[in-house]
Amino acid sequence: MHTGFLLLALLTLASAGAAMCLRNLVHCALCVAISFVSLAALFLTLDAEFVGFAQILVYVGAVAILIVIAILLTRDISGHGQSLVFKPWTLGVGVGALVAGSLVSAVTSSAFTHRELPPAPAATVRQLGESLMTTYVVPLEIIGLLLTAALLGAVLLARRENEGGGRS
Amino acid sequence: MMNWFNNLSPTSQFVLFSALKVVPAVLVMLFIVAYIVLVERRLCAFIQDRVGPNRAGPLGLLQPMADAVKAFLKEDFMPAHVRPVYYWLAPALVMIPSLLTLAVIPFGSQLGSQKMVVADLNVGILYTFGIVSLGVYGIVLAGYAANSKYPFMGGIRASAQMISYEVAMGLSVIPLFLLVGDLNLSTVIGDQTHGLFSWLVFRQPLAFAIFLCAAFAETNRTPFDLPEAEQELAGGYNVEYSSMKFALFFMGEYANMIAASAMMVTLFFGGWTLPFFGLDQPAATVLGGLVHIGIFLAKLLVLLVLFIWVRWMWPRFRYDQLMNLGWKGLVPLALANIVVTATWLWLKS
Repeated sequence: MHTGFLLLALLTLASAGAAMCLRNLVHCALCVAISFVSLAALFLTLDAEFVGFAQILVYVGAVAILIVIAILLTRDISGHGQSLVFKPWTLGVGVGALVAGSLVSAVTSSAFTHRELPPAPAATVRQLGESLMTTYVVPLEIIGLLLTAALLGAVLLARRENEGGGRS
Repeated sequence: MMNWFNNLSPTSQFVLFSALKVVPAVLVMLFIVAYIVLVERRLCAFIQDRVGPNRAGPLGLLQPMADAVKAFLKEDFMPAHVRPVYYWLAPALVMIPSLLTLAVIPFGSQLGSQKMVVADLNVGILYTFGIVSLGVYGIVLAGYAANSKYPFMGGIRASAQMISYEVAMGLSVIPLFLLVGDLNLSTVIGDQTHGLFSWLVFRQPLAFAIFLCAAFAETNRTPFDLPEAEQELAGGYNVEYSSMKFALFFMGEYANMIAASAMMVTLFFGGWTLPFFGLDQPAATVLGGLVHIGIFLAKLLVLLVLFIWVRWMWPRFRYDQLMNLGWKGLVPLALANIVVTATWLWLKS
């Protein structure tokens, strides 16, 4: 295995683990950002430039920074006093193992792993766009619908809070 | 010499040539940063009917050196209440993205057989936006690290503002790529070599207007300099910084301006080309290559002076006005522009 891949994989996992274990929420959010960056670097080592930079733009530049801001705007970010361990911890580990196991078994039993690896196509942005608009147009539209619903939900939540305050 | 060079492996040659391009590019950028500060101070002085710094050297030309010496020699004071790791990290995080953006900008045609761009990425524009979006981390962390009110307010303002205007900025350039059909910045320049009116600023004036607005907001310049509004925040996210760390924030702002201007030159003003005297074709001679770099720098300077000029002519927006303009003005306009351009291209084809 390549050293670069090992280092990046280690960084991704370590920062993801730190994001779960640290007490200060700001540190956690920044660890998530580091994990996203090293994931993007992993994409780049696979010559997937578009996905790599899209990962940086969307996840590091927008999602992670929004999480950081949301945490900074909340009052108590130190997280002292509460235990980090969910009490019946066997339940959590069990659910985690179940999800991970089903994902891994789905991946290993899929046709992809048994197929010969085709020579990596130099996918241009044009090809990506065309296949998004033709072959994968249904998933794309479904994601669009989902995001719109989430957006409307967020607006609704914010509005109700404002009216409950009796200010408007 | 040539023998030694030919004996190198292609990888070593690539590394050597990349280093030969990276080092001068960064040095030129830092030089421009130093002198654009002087230009700003002199220009604002003339606008306000003052003289400006004119004592260090002829016409004050040595002022940047005096500033640099001052920044280095001042005491590097760290207040007791800051969060040290972030406090050290933040100035670097502000400076790094603007330097990284430079990598994909074609700043000339070619010298000899070398293309004058550090990395000719196929997804150049995506790279730029990805890197630019990282710039906000430095400012947010500076606000958090300072652990006091004004810097924190500045950091929060900056992040909200930059994320909002990134959306408008990203949407505004999509019509350009609908027209050009490629994300590679060299191809974008190649598409603008059919006369003056093939410059994208004339084919997509609305996109340029939106991009320019968003660039002002992204670089935290007046009229959108809310994050460092002196009158409200006593300086904003950099209040607790002194000495060279403060200077890095200061340089970061100007480096961001240069990166934004370089993007605008490349996307809207034909990059290193001029539509006269055959200057829109890649140079065959070394002299021609140098002329192209000169043209690029000249266009860059014009835009930088525009940034400075606007700063001293316009008052600052209010924060709600800023958000209204971004979300209710620029974003819908940019979306409409995409739809109109796409429809027009569809009807034409």
